[in-house]
Amino acid sequence: MSKWKLMTLIALMLLTVGVLAACGNAEDGEEETQNEANANETENNEDDSQEEEGSEEEATVSGPVVIDGSSTVLPIMEYLTYEYNMEKPEVETSLNSSGSGGGFKKSTVGEIDLSNASRPIKDEEKAQAEENGIELHEIELAYDGLSVVVSQENDFVENLTIEQLREIFLADGSATKWSDLNSDWPEKDIVIYSPGHDSGTFDYFNEVILEDNPMREGENTTLSEDDNTLVTGIKNNPYAIGYFGYAYYIENEDTLKVLGIDNGDGNPVKPNGETIQDGSYSPLSRPLFTYVNVGYLQEKPQVHDFVKFAINNAGAAAEEVGYVALPDEKYQEQLDTINELAGE
Amino acid sequence: MHQKVDSSLIKRKVTKNRLFYFIFILATLISLSFLVILIYRILSQGIGYLNIDFLRNFPAPYIDKAGIFAGLMGSIFMIAITAPVSIILGVSTALYLEEYAKDNKFTRFIQVNVQNLAGVPSIVFGLLGLTFFVYIMGFGYTLISGALTMSLLVLPVIVVASQEAIRSVPQELREASIGMGATRWQTIWRIVLPTSIPGIITGSILALSRAIGETAPLIIVGAAAAIYTIPDSFLSRYTVMPIQIYSWTARPQEEWQYVAAAGIIVLLIILLCMNAIAVWIRNKFQKRY
Repeated sequence: MSKWKLMTLIALMLLTVGVLAACGNAEDGEEETQNEANANETENNEDDSQEEEGSEEEATVSGPVVIDGSSTVLPIMEYLTYEYNMEKPEVETSLNSSGSGGGFKKSTVGEIDLSNASRPIKDEEKAQAEENGIELHEIELAYDGLSVVVSQENDFVENLTIEQLREIFLADGSATKWSDLNSDWPEKDIVIYSPGHDSGTFDYFNEVILEDNPMREGENTTLSEDDNTLVTGIKNNPYAIGYFGYAYYIENEDTLKVLGIDNGDGNPVKPNGETIQDGSYSPLSRPLFTYVNVGYLQEKPQVHDFVKFAINNAGAAAEEVGYVALPDEKYQEQLDTINELAGE
Repeated sequence: MHQKVDSSLIKRKVTKNRLFYFIFILATLISLSFLVILIYRILSQGIGYLNIDFLRNFPAPYIDKAGIFAGLMGSIFMIAITAPVSIILGVSTALYLEEYAKDNKFTRFIQVNVQNLAGVPSIVFGLLGLTFFVYIMGFGYTLISGALTMSLLVLPVIVVASQEAIRSVPQELREASIGMGATRWQTIWRIVLPTSIPGIITGSILALSRAIGETAPLIIVGAAAAIYTIPDSFLSRYTVMPIQIYSWTARPQEEWQYVAAAGIIVLLIILLCMNAIAVWIRNKFQKRY
């Protein structure tokens, strides 16, 4: 019996230690009181002088900034939250990646401050937000070039036209063998690797290339939410074709071959930093967004502060993680708009 | 004549014996070799990235600064909530079903449902947690929502394992206890539980090991991919190790796969510790009866 009691005691002790460890961290405690003090201060400030804003407020920002959305935008946002945390550790940022659609589901009901997206907001999502009295403001963070790739072992394809892409990817397209596109090409089945239908990458491709017609499915088509799966599949098969974000191509440059895309003017363009930024890699060059809740932008100083930081550093972030920065003046424009919206 | 038949019969039995011996050895070798390959790959990729900073750092966009601290603490806190909730609920349910409930249609209905629940895909529990804990209970995307969702996920496994353990307690022990004038509760507390504790704990630890490695339901109930604070209350935002590992494996740069491998090593070590505790408890109590 005593052993049984001992067991219970030990279990209880372990629990207590766990709980203590959870809250008893000396540093944490201090920080908390500091945070509380800060919060009080901010409140006082607001009470005392509504008009007095700016430097005073910036020095004391704290509180949570909650971000969710596209996994394509995640690396950029992670860079931004990390750097921001180095500068302002009092602001608790938390970053999730439940996909562009998942992000909008939360932002349109006001659960989160910022919603990352690799596609523009859809009309029904906009309507949902309006219904809840929420205004979402679009911010462009960087450009990505959807890269259409084949294996390095593929020695026959260099360029494709939009029309050919449709024939390959559409469910009722006419090309199931490479020879269907060009009689000089081998008579082998075209093997398709595509991002899954929940991803913003697929949404974008679906919109600009397939124009919302159903995509081919079946034994020669592999869908995956994990872009690395697509990379592996394509590089090992000379008859495979697929598409994904530019960063995944750049990292696998030596095993993958990126195709030039001819949008009908007879002049195929390959994606690279320049062609993506100046828009000549069209129509597959796409902006990456984050949508900020305008209400929270005005109410929460930490959200405003973070958004300013994000716009100022988005270019550096994009380049660090393999995307393409916007031209500088575009960032400046967006920064001005944000400050205006926040009422500064 | 008589002798001849005998020897061929024996021969056949010996061959059969040897045949099954080899089949079992082969089965063991197959699973073992996959385990060895897995561990070898993980170790060879991740060990170089595993150091004290990796354990202390928060997630970062730079490979040499990325760490698993937030995930590690998140996982530990989550289990600290999930374990008591699910074990208390699970063992109580098992005790009711085994010791109190009459063997009627309703009880059998519950039995079958519990067993089926153990096989429901984890994502379904995620959706349940989202509706119930996040929205209806209003906990939001916080540690307590994640931990309670995990409790629901592992509960059926704990119930089934505990039932088996309780059922294996010899009926004579109960009868002797009742015969000595003990009440049913006294019998449960002094006889049934101490005897069945090894089985209960083994089942619970296996179930909790599943909870600590789960990703999908936690993405739904809002475990973060990057967070720079550790939970300081039930209502804190949080992340767990598998989510961190998952977000690293999805990166385009190959080196992140090695960081993910280092994360997996940490996760394996935690699992190993949990299993060691289970073995220790089992051995300690098995000696008693």
